[in-house]
Amino acid sequence: MRLVIPLAITFTAGMIMILNFFIPHQPFAFLGEHLQEWYMIVASGAIFLGTANLLHVHVRKMKLRLRNWQYSPVTIIGLVVMLILGLIYGVEEGKPFDYLFMNMVAPMGATMFSLLAFFVASAAFRAFRASNWRATLLLSSAFLVMLGQVPIGAMIWNKIPLAKVWLMAIPNTAGQRAVMIGAAMGVVATSLRMIFGIERSYLGGAD
Amino acid sequence: MANFFQKIGDLDRRVIFLLIALAVIIPITTDLIIPNIVGAEPSRDMFDYVDALPEGSNVIVSFDYDPSTMPELQPMAEAVVRHLFEKNHKVIGTALWPQGAALGQHAMSTLADSLGKEQYVDWVNLGYKTGGAVMIVRMGTSIKAVFPADRDNVPWEDIPMLEGINSLKDIQLVISLSAGDPGIIAWVMMAGDRYGIPIGGGCTAVSAPQLYTYLQTDQMVGLLGGLKGAADYETLVGIEEGPAVKGMSPQSIAHLVIMMFIIIGNISYFSRRKGGAR
Amino acid sequence: MNWEILGIWLGAAVTLCLYSFLYRDNPFYKFVEHLFVGMSAGYWVIYSIYNVLIPNWWENLFPADGGFDAIWLVPGIFAMFMLARMVPKVAGLSRLALGMIVGTGAGLNMVTFFQSNALAQVKGTMISVAAGSVWEVFSSLVLVVGVVSGLVYFFFSKAHTGFVGRTANMGITILMVAFGASFGYTIMARLSLLIGRCTFLIEDWLPTIPAMLGLGG
Repeated sequence: MRLVIPLAITFTAGMIMILNFFIPHQPFAFLGEHLQEWYMIVASGAIFLGTANLLHVHVRKMKLRLRNWQYSPVTIIGLVVMLILGLIYGVEEGKPFDYLFMNMVAPMGATMFSLLAFFVASAAFRAFRASNWRATLLLSSAFLVMLGQVPIGAMIWNKIPLAKVWLMAIPNTAGQRAVMIGAAMGVVATSLRMIFGIERSYLGGAD
Repeated sequence: MANFFQKIGDLDRRVIFLLIALAVIIPITTDLIIPNIVGAEPSRDMFDYVDALPEGSNVIVSFDYDPSTMPELQPMAEAVVRHLFEKNHKVIGTALWPQGAALGQHAMSTLADSLGKEQYVDWVNLGYKTGGAVMIVRMGTSIKAVFPADRDNVPWEDIPMLEGINSLKDIQLVISLSAGDPGIIAWVMMAGDRYGIPIGGGCTAVSAPQLYTYLQTDQMVGLLGGLKGAADYETLVGIEEGPAVKGMSPQSIAHLVIMMFIIIGNISYFSRRKGGAR
Repeated sequence: MNWEILGIWLGAAVTLCLYSFLYRDNPFYKFVEHLFVGMSAGYWVIYSIYNVLIPNWWENLFPADGGFDAIWLVPGIFAMFMLARMVPKVAGLSRLALGMIVGTGAGLNMVTFFQSNALAQVKGTMISVAAGSVWEVFSSLVLVVGVVSGLVYFFFSKAHTGFVGRTANMGITILMVAFGASFGYTIMARLSLLIGRCTFLIEDWLPTIPAMLGLGG
C-alpha cells in the first residue's frame, strides 16, 4: 500500500501529460494546465528540502565534532544572513540582498568554476595521449577547434576557421546526433517504465 | 634532450598553473587586442534573425545560467539585449535558473539606463520559476498563469508592455542564454517544437557541440557558443572592445599554451615509452 | 562609505581566497567554500519564496479579490510532503510528492524527447541528402553515414562482427571527432571563466588599491 498510492500518482500524472500532448482539449487541457502549475509549487518544495538537509548536515557535524566542523557555522551564518536580508529588504536591485549576491555570491561562483581551467590544463598535459590513431584523431579534432575558435587561428592560416565550421556542422553533428537519438530512446523507455511502475528506484528503493 | 623530455613529464602541477595564469594575465595587462573575425558561424545567423525581426517584436530573453558561467554568458546577454533595444523590440526577461533572474536584471537595467529604455514599457524582468520544461509548456497556453507578477512582484495587469500578450504564440522569438539544464534544450522542445516559436540561443562552450544538431534541423535559428559566440555578437552589434572581444586575446594565447602542454606531454610520454619507462 | 569599492574588495577577497587552493588546501579556501554553499542556498530559498510561492501559490490560494481557493491547498500539501523526508516517522509521505514530480516529468519527457531528439533528428538527417555542389553532397553523405554508423555502434543487440562491426568501427571514428570537438570547446569554456576572473582582478580591483590605501587616484 505504501507504494501503490505513489505509483498511482505517477501513472495518473504521466498519463495526463501524455494525453494533454496528443489531445490538447478538455478535459485534458484543464487537467494538464493545473498539473503544470502545481508542479512548479511542489518542485520548489525540493529547494526547501535541500536547504533543510544542508542545515541538518552542518548542525550534526558541529554536534559530533566531525572533520572540518569549524567551518559549518560559516555555512549556517551565510544561509541565515541571506535569508534575513532577503525577507527584510526583498530582492530588488540595489537592496542588501542583491548587493551581497552581486559582490559575494557571484564572484565566489565564478571563481569556483574558473579553478577548473588550471586542472583541465594539468590533465591535458598528463593524460591527453596520442596513443593510437583514434586518440590522434580526437586530438587533431580538439586542436582544430581550439585554433578555429580564436582569432589567432585565422592569423596562422585563414582556412582554419572554415575547417572548424565544417567540422562542427558535419562530423560533430553526426556524432552528437547519434548520441542524442540513442539517449532519446533511452528517455522514452525509462519514462514508460516509470509511468507503468516498472522502474521504482526513485521511490527510495522500497519494495 | 630525450632525458629532458622524460623528466618534464614529472613537472609539478603548480608550474603548469603558473604558466596558465601568465598566459591569461599578460595579454590582459598588455592590452593585447587580436581582432575578432566573424565567419559563417551560427552567431551570424542569430544576429541576422534578430536584425530582420519587425520593429516592436516581443522577444523573450531567458537568463538560464548562474555566476559560475557568468564570464561567458553575461557578455552575451549584454550584447543581445543591446541589439534588441537598438532595434526597438520589447524585451521580456525570464529565468529557469534562480540566479539568472538577478544577473539578467543587471544586464537589462544597466543597458536600459544607457539607451533610454523604460522598465515596463520597453523591458520587464518576469523573474525565476521552478519547473524548467514544465513551466515552458504552461507558457504555451498562458504566460500570465506562470508569471502572474514580475520579479519585483508588480502584477501582470500593471505592466503596460504585456498588454495583448497571452501565450507563447504572441512571442516572435525566444533567446535562451543557457548554462545547461534547464535551458536551450527545454525551450527548443517545448516552445520550439511544440508551439512553433523560433528559438535562438547562447550557451557555454561546453554545451555548444551538442546544440549544433538543432541548427541543422532548423530547430534553432542561431547559436552563440561560448566566449567566441559572445565576441562575434559584440562585433556584429558594433560594440568596440566589449568584454568578450577583449577576452579573445588571452583566450588565443592560453589555447596555444595548452596545445603546447599537450604536445610536450606527448613527447615526454613517447620518449619514456622508447626509454622503457612506463 | 563607498559601497561600490567595498563590493569590489569583497569580490576580490573571496576570489583570492578561492585561488589560494591552487597552492594547496587551506583554511581561507575552506572558509569561502562553506560561505558560498550557505549564501547560495539562502539565495535559492528567498527566490523560491518571492518568485514562486507568493505569486504562484499564495496569491492563488488567497486571491486579491478576497476569498479562499481551496484547490490550491493540494500543491501546498504536496510541497510539504517533500519536506516530510526529513522526519523519519512520516518520510513515506515524500513519495507522494516524488510520484507527482516524476510522473509529470516522465509524461512530458516521453513525448517531447521522442519528437525533438529522435524524430526531428532522423528527419533532419534524411533531408540533408540534397543535391548541390560536390562538396555539399559529400558533406551530406558524411552526415548520414556518421549518424547511421554512430547508431550502429550503440546497438548492442547484435554482435559487432562482419559488416556490423565495420560499421560500428566507422561510428567510433565519427564519435572520436565529435568528442575531440567537445574537448576543444571544454578547454575554451574553462579558460573563459578564468579570463573573466583575471579581468575582474586586474581591471576592476587593482585600480581601487591606491584609493583604499589613501594614495589618491
